[in-house]
Amino acid sequence: MSLAGLENSGGAAANTDRLGAWLWVAQRGSAGVLALCVLIHLATIQYASQGGLSAAEVLARTRGHAGLLAFYGLFTLAVAVHVPIGLRTVAAEWLHWRGRSIDVSILLLALALLAGGWRAAWALYR
Amino acid sequence: MDELDVTVWRGGAQGKLELFRVPRHEHQTVLDVVTHIQRHLDPTLAYRFACRVGMCGSCAMTVDGVARWTCRTRVDKVVRNNALELRPLANLPVIRDLACDMREFFDKWARARGQFVGTATRADDFARVRPDSNERRAADASLDCIGCGVCYASCDVVTARPDYLGPAALQRAWTLVNDLRDGDSANRLAAVAGDPGCHACHTHMSCTERCPKALAPTAAIAGLKRRVAGALLRGELA
Repeated sequence: MSLAGLENSGGAAANTDRLGAWLWVAQRGSAGVLALCVLIHLATIQYASQGGLSAAEVLARTRGHAGLLAFYGLFTLAVAVHVPIGLRTVAAEWLHWRGRSIDVSILLLALALLAGGWRAAWALYR
Repeated sequence: MDELDVTVWRGGAQGKLELFRVPRHEHQTVLDVVTHIQRHLDPTLAYRFACRVGMCGSCAMTVDGVARWTCRTRVDKVVRNNALELRPLANLPVIRDLACDMREFFDKWARARGQFVGTATRADDFARVRPDSNERRAADASLDCIGCGVCYASCDVVTARPDYLGPAALQRAWTLVNDLRDGDSANRLAAVAGDPGCHACHTHMSCTERCPKALAPTAAIAGLKRRVAGALLRGELA
């Protein structure tokens, strides 16, 4: 252990990476939501395709269904939180792309995923 | 007499492998092989060792691509086709041949606040720590660590993200976080939070698989992740 390190002991911790810790919590939380949502989503697809429903019949069931809108709204939110955080890690480790530019980029990606997903869920609902 | 074909890294970051032929003996360790080369074939070979019995943690090297403590690694267990390839530990700067610069590895222990910060004075009685308490058992995590650097050299996250504190330093922090006598855990949790710290671990478990002392840094790091997240959510992270 270096002497410099020993001398530093006892002082206040500097440069705590709160953002990194928050992102980890967010990714863990969103992973839990996704695990449940993916299962329900797959079961729904299985039900719709096994039953031989046409697109029009699917739409007839989804239109005006507030529960479905809430479910896919939540699903999309979890995706928009989870995916960009994972890509931020990939960018840091594989491309050594770090700092403000990657954080802004993943925020834009999160907003794009959210907008695209919510738009699709709204289209099924309205 | 049987001979081993031993290729050894020579030079610093830029260098090449050099072939030596070393007599085989029963119960021979990889460290015995390296010592034979230095004493009988090339006295300029640089490597590091001290205790020869698995206590000091100074003789770790890369043996056929795997980081190992060489004094307790029998040639019989690792040799294939009567050949060995020896390189310095990965993820650390090479000084020369098989010796690498361990400063960054140990500096990270300091950065993870791996120093015990006592709160008691001479006037206080001995601390009473129940041996069967969860904290005491968790504190066992790094007590047998010999600081050999095998976990650090085996960690893919250190390779991808050189500022990552690494398994040994984080495991040391986990031991102290669970030490009831220590008074610096708030700062320690802050020091190991986020990307350069415990949350960068991908749970590949290479450290746990390769640790020559059969310790489990991955479990210690998982404990730190939970503890830091708890402090963060409660607004207690320094």
